[in-house]
Order: sequence, then C-alpha cells, then structure tokens
Amino acid sequence: MSTLAHVFEAAGIATVTLASIRSVADRMKVPRALYCEFPLGRPLGKPGDVAFQRDVIMRGFALLDAAAGPVLVDHPEVITDEVEAMSCVVPAAFDSNELAAVAEARGLRNAWDRSVERRGSTGVGRSITADGMGDALVALQRIVDGTPWKEAGIPGKVTTSLVHDIRTYYEEAALELADGPAPAGRAAEAWFYEQTEAGKLVMASRAAIKDQGGPHPAWFYMAPAHR
Amino acid sequence: MLSEQPVPEFSNPAFAAAPPLAEATVAIVTSAALHQASDDRFSAGDTSYRMIDRSARDLVLGHWSPNFDRSGFTADVNVVFPIDRLEELAADGVIGGVAPRHVSFAGNQPDDVATLRMDSGPAAAAELRADGVDVVLLTPV
Repeated sequence: MSTLAHVFEAAGIATVTLASIRSVADRMKVPRALYCEFPLGRPLGKPGDVAFQRDVIMRGFALLDAAAGPVLVDHPEVITDEVEAMSCVVPAAFDSNELAAVAEARGLRNAWDRSVERRGSTGVGRSITADGMGDALVALQRIVDGTPWKEAGIPGKVTTSLVHDIRTYYEEAALELADGPAPAGRAAEAWFYEQTEAGKLVMASRAAIKDQGGPHPAWFYMAPAHR
Repeated sequence: MLSEQPVPEFSNPAFAAAPPLAEATVAIVTSAALHQASDDRFSAGDTSYRMIDRSARDLVLGHWSPNFDRSGFTADVNVVFPIDRLEELAADGVIGGVAPRHVSFAGNQPDDVATLRMDSGPAAAAELRADGVDVVLLTPV
C-alpha cells in the first residue's frame, strides 16, 4: 500500500493513505498518512457508522493542506479486536448418523442465501460453492480419522482455499442471523473457530495434516496465525 | 511482527500538489483485492489490478491472508471501500467529484514489489489520470 502511494505521487496524483501499521508508514516515508489503529481488515474503523467513516476520511483529506511531506498523523481513536466470539447460536445436531458439521452447514443455508440476496455477492467460490459444503466437511473429517490428507478427496485440492470458502460461508450466514450492529473485529472469526462444529473440524484437520507431515503452507494458513 | 517487517526504501519520494478539495476528483485505491463477481479472481501473490466501476457494489474481497477480519466488510463494504462516503461528500460539495473508476490491488505482494513499482502500479495511475483523478485515498488490507 505504501509502495502504491509513492507510485501514484510520482504520476502526479496526491495520495492520502489510511495506514494500519504505523512503523511501516513511518519507515517508508508515506507522503500523507493518517495512522488508524483499527482492526486489520477495517481501515475505516466501524462498519455501518456513516459519521465515523466520514470523520476518518476528512481527517485524511486535511493532510492535503500540508506543503511538504512526509506527513504522519494519528487518528485519535483506537479500536481493538474482540477476543470474545460474536453471539450467534448454532443448534445442536439432531441425527447422530450424520456428521454434526454437515447438519450445521445445512442449517445455515437459508441465512447464507439471504446474505447473497442482500449483498449481491459472496466470498465463497475459490474451491467450492455453497452446495459443496457437506462434501468438503466430510473430506476434512476423513483426514481427522486418519486418511492421508492428499487422499481425502479435498475439493479443489488446496486446503487453504477450501477453508476460506467454509469460513466465509459461515461468517456471511452468521451476520444475517445476529441481531444488532456488526460484530467487533475478529469476533466472527472467534465464533467460527471456537464455537461451530465446522470450525472445530477445520482446526482438528489442520492438526492432523501437520501430524501427517504435510507441508507448512497446507495446514498453517487454514487458520489465522495466532491460532 | 508486522511492525518489524522489512520494507522497500524510497529516496527523494515525489509529493504531488492537490487542487482545492472542493475541486478535486477523488478515487479509492485499495489493497483488499476487491473485485466484482464477474471479474477474474486474484491469485496468491497477484501483481495485477482490477478497475472497479463507481456504481459497483457486488464486491468480493479476494485477499488471500486468513489473518484479518472480513466480517466488517461483509456487513458494510464502506469499511474497506468507502464509495458511498465519497458520493455523499461529492453531493455535499466537499469534494469536487467521485472518479468514474477505482482501483484494487492485492495486498500480499512479493517482497521486492518490483512489478508493482515498475509496471502495474504506473499503469493503474495512468488509467486514473486519464479519468481526471487528482486525489487518491488509499485503504489497506
């Protein structure tokens, strides 16, 4: 991002960067940077908060008044990640003959459909579509049960892309089911990995691939680094 | 730590002059790997960019890292791509106008950022210049 600021300035376009890592903006001499200590993935800070987003932008545009740079100013408000999972109850499995995660994913389908209808897009689709959730989860369970990960029938073969699709499906559905304002940064992540059957299955299969001697990229990026 | 990662060094960086804000045409440039559903997806380490039409809202966040929050974007695209805020600022006369097209790159780039510096970055800048853009708001992911 900081590189792009220099490239655009060189082309004659004035830039205002909403910087998310202060030391990088400083060391890279970003021409005009507003350092915003907000959750990564939320450069404008607060989803759904029009006044706050506008304030961030206007503080950034104010840096255009500087006659020379680099200029690095801190936004006065700090927004931290949430360690607690968002509130979204997932019903218990009913049929014990079926993998709990498969029933859970099916139960979320109507909410996910509403999300796609409302937003006009979805992040699901790198490896599978929503219709493929059940088969994907069964493949992950095979790995946990001892099948070598390359022989488990992982759709698309790339574990990290598959997990992206599963997690995104869950998070998109959860935002439709949860009441009130958008959850804090990482609260949806905590909900997925800690409270859903699918998230627990992802973590178990991640551990199994590691134990099987699978390459680091194949299992490590199935979850955020801190997990 | 992200804060200690090695960074490219730029000597004597340019500092472009901007017209008064009320006369400036503003574009968003994001590193969230946003694209419209109909666009090609970003690959891992993709150095190319996608142009995003001013009216597009069917946006997909194609960034490959699992290490950041996506739920904010799912709830409100403006928390990454504040296009509705720019439209409001233009309607209020605070900025001169909203660019007809905006730019999206992938944030996870090869460490030397050579292609970005020498090829795709300048190409994107030229497209914005052709659209009359004076000011760019960079939003990182």
